[in-house]
Amino acid sequence: MEKMFAGDQNGLQGDPRLKAISEAIRVVPHFPKPGIMFQDITTLLLDHKCFKDTVDIFVDRYRDMAISVVAGVEARGFMFGPSVALAIGAKFVPLRKPRKLPGEVISEAYVLEYGTDCLEMHVGAVQPGERALVIDDLVATGGTLSAAIRLLERVGAEVVECACVVGLREVKGQHRLNGKPLYILVEPRQQTNCSAPSVNGVETCRRDDVYLSAT
Amino acid sequence: MSAYRDKDPRIHGIQSKIRVVPDFPKPGIMFQDITTLLLDPKAFKDTVDLFVERYKGKNISVVAGIEARGFIFGPPIALEIGAKFVPLRKPKKLPGKVISEEYVLEYGRDCLQMHVGAVEPGERALVVDDLIATGGTLCAAMNLLERVGAEVVECACVIELPDLKGRERLNGKPLYVLVESH
Repeated sequence: MEKMFAGDQNGLQGDPRLKAISEAIRVVPHFPKPGIMFQDITTLLLDHKCFKDTVDIFVDRYRDMAISVVAGVEARGFMFGPSVALAIGAKFVPLRKPRKLPGEVISEAYVLEYGTDCLEMHVGAVQPGERALVIDDLVATGGTLSAAIRLLERVGAEVVECACVVGLREVKGQHRLNGKPLYILVEPRQQTNCSAPSVNGVETCRRDDVYLSAT
Repeated sequence: MSAYRDKDPRIHGIQSKIRVVPDFPKPGIMFQDITTLLLDPKAFKDTVDLFVERYKGKNISVVAGIEARGFIFGPPIALEIGAKFVPLRKPKKLPGKVISEEYVLEYGRDCLQMHVGAVEPGERALVVDDLIATGGTLCAAMNLLERVGAEVVECACVIELPDLKGRERLNGKPLYVLVESH
């Protein structure tokens, strides 16, 4: 899997926007379960400049790639995908959990740590030959993104790239994203940042994090 | 207030892109599917533009979107008018400390949550969702915002189902919609 980080790329090295984006993301320890350092992008959405910069960086990358479809993974992919789609003149296609989409759907199962889940797309939303971008807030194992890619390829679209705000540089047990490139803005922070000022009043650290070790 | 009544020329295009799916999620419901609107870049842009034109320059600092389809329309509006976006979510989705508001469904209850600290007292807020039916969810959303001291300026939806009288349930809060479906 080709994995690219925005900060390594021509033009964005040392870009102060990336540092601000990283710092605007709140780390919530032990959510949804012990040992997970959850990367909470809702604090990014509270910072208009950082949110706009996030969208602008994706738009600058994708506007000249002849992309006609932006597919966003429910639900946090919905927060980023539509703005990118609108700016590059593409349609937005929501990829949803089962039984949410009202029309005829195709479904793709994927493996979770325990059990399986399923992603669905409306039949007819995407035409054969369309060039597509998949967007989500974060990539962990890549299981969800892989399912998204398979849905689009099953209807004959070409997935140009997957784009995420946050992703690890090294993923243990990573899924191959079907050979598709993955573009990531920032890496997850593993420590809550107690000394940082709160973002618009939202706590960026919790009192007990001094006892926590990075996972 | 509705753009439908104002007969903005973009409205017809928007309305024509909304797909009605009969008997979803259960028999008798004519589901208003906005995903087909999202497939038309011009119609989707017109939708966002109509809201942006109404709310830009009104000193709105918060756009709150209701999970999940409010997440599709809310952020583009927020970005264009210079506001923050606050997701209002089903239980156990938001990772930080939350406040919760219960609301009544046809059978049973549901709950909407917002992160503590996301919205400050005195902020002027807009609530966005794709559709208003009975108004129960929008009411819960407004309550969350008012509980933290924000002022809900207006509720904004793409579609209204006027026969379900959701507008009346909003306690006098203004509601702005683009299209009506009877």
